[in-house]
Amino acid sequence: MRQGSILVWALLTVGVVVAGTSSQVAQADNGYVMTFKDNKLDPVELQVPAGKEFKLTVKNVDQTPEEFESEDLKLEKVIAGGSEAEFTIKALEPGRYEVFGEFHEDTAKGHIVAQ
Amino acid sequence: MDPSSALIVFREVLEAALVVGIVMAGSKGVVGRGLWVGGGVLAGALGACVVAAFAGVIQNAAAGVGQELLNASILFAAVVMLGWHCAWMGRHGREIAAHMSQVSRAVAQGSRPLYALGVVVGLAVLREGSEIVLFLYGIAAGGGSGALAMLGGGLVGLAGGAAVGFAIYAGLMRIPMRYLFGVTTWMIIVLAAGMASQGAGFLVQADLLPALGRTLWDTSGILSERSVVGRVLHTLVGYDAKPSGIQLLFYVTTLLIIGSLTWILGRTKSPAAPAARAA
Repeated sequence: MRQGSILVWALLTVGVVVAGTSSQVAQADNGYVMTFKDNKLDPVELQVPAGKEFKLTVKNVDQTPEEFESEDLKLEKVIAGGSEAEFTIKALEPGRYEVFGEFHEDTAKGHIVAQ
Repeated sequence: MDPSSALIVFREVLEAALVVGIVMAGSKGVVGRGLWVGGGVLAGALGACVVAAFAGVIQNAAAGVGQELLNASILFAAVVMLGWHCAWMGRHGREIAAHMSQVSRAVAQGSRPLYALGVVVGLAVLREGSEIVLFLYGIAAGGGSGALAMLGGGLVGLAGGAAVGFAIYAGLMRIPMRYLFGVTTWMIIVLAAGMASQGAGFLVQADLLPALGRTLWDTSGILSERSVVGRVLHTLVGYDAKPSGIQLLFYVTTLLIIGSLTWILGRTKSPAAPAARAA
């Protein structure tokens, strides 16, 4: 029992320490926003320059939680109602990247176009 | 019954259910396993509600990457527990299989790290469960005429996921005892490798690890990860339609470490064997 739980705590501690130090990293200057409203994404198409790192802020102005997800960008994050999350997106190849809200997949669909 | 909510819940339940099914098969004949696994499921479900209730707090914690860190920590903790179990089985699995038909089997298995499996089950339920709780909460809070149908769909999804978990358990139970632990141990090793790869993915999303190539290859056209088969394979062997370099690295490294540990410990003659036989 003891060895196992010590390992778990060590892992958790390392995780928190790493997170603490990373918060000092400088922010990219250019940011983009996508918003969940009425279980839809706005804008449906977001244009970003290719080959350049950027910040993507995803806002959820609905009352209920939504999970922002993208297989193409490898993103998966629950965003509580009335809150937002920020992602750092590394330089993209030109192309179309699908994004969606998993909890309302029928309506909450959009894409990011890098060019 | 709303089919899309059934599918969402089904996808989330599936992963936890498969883990429970494999763990139950891998601990066949062990006294008290039901208590540990059942306790793990219960604790995981309670934990899922707590995580869901504090979703907003977790999201903003650790400079906005609290959720990624929590997910990665849960996955890596599960990997450690699974690795610990495999190493232990490598050392003692053969004796257990040999003792299965004897009265002394309970004694021989007394020292087995069942808590490791209980923790793994709890962690799997915790991770997938919190998403289900949030999804269903959203439906309930949204109200409206469709809410009841969607909750009904959620229940159908829950039952469907549990059925698949039971199916894999029943399938594994058909394997002769002599081979069972060999099969479940290797299944658990690839399960752990898949979890490590997933955990690495969350650390990349949090910008704490480099991706080492965002997409090494793309097989989403052949088998989408969001399809039921894709999701099952995602859980069982860590199938990823678009793996990043670091995910592959974590996958292979975990496979090598746990695999060789299990193999090496399985080869050396266990010093505990004579004692167990004497008992």
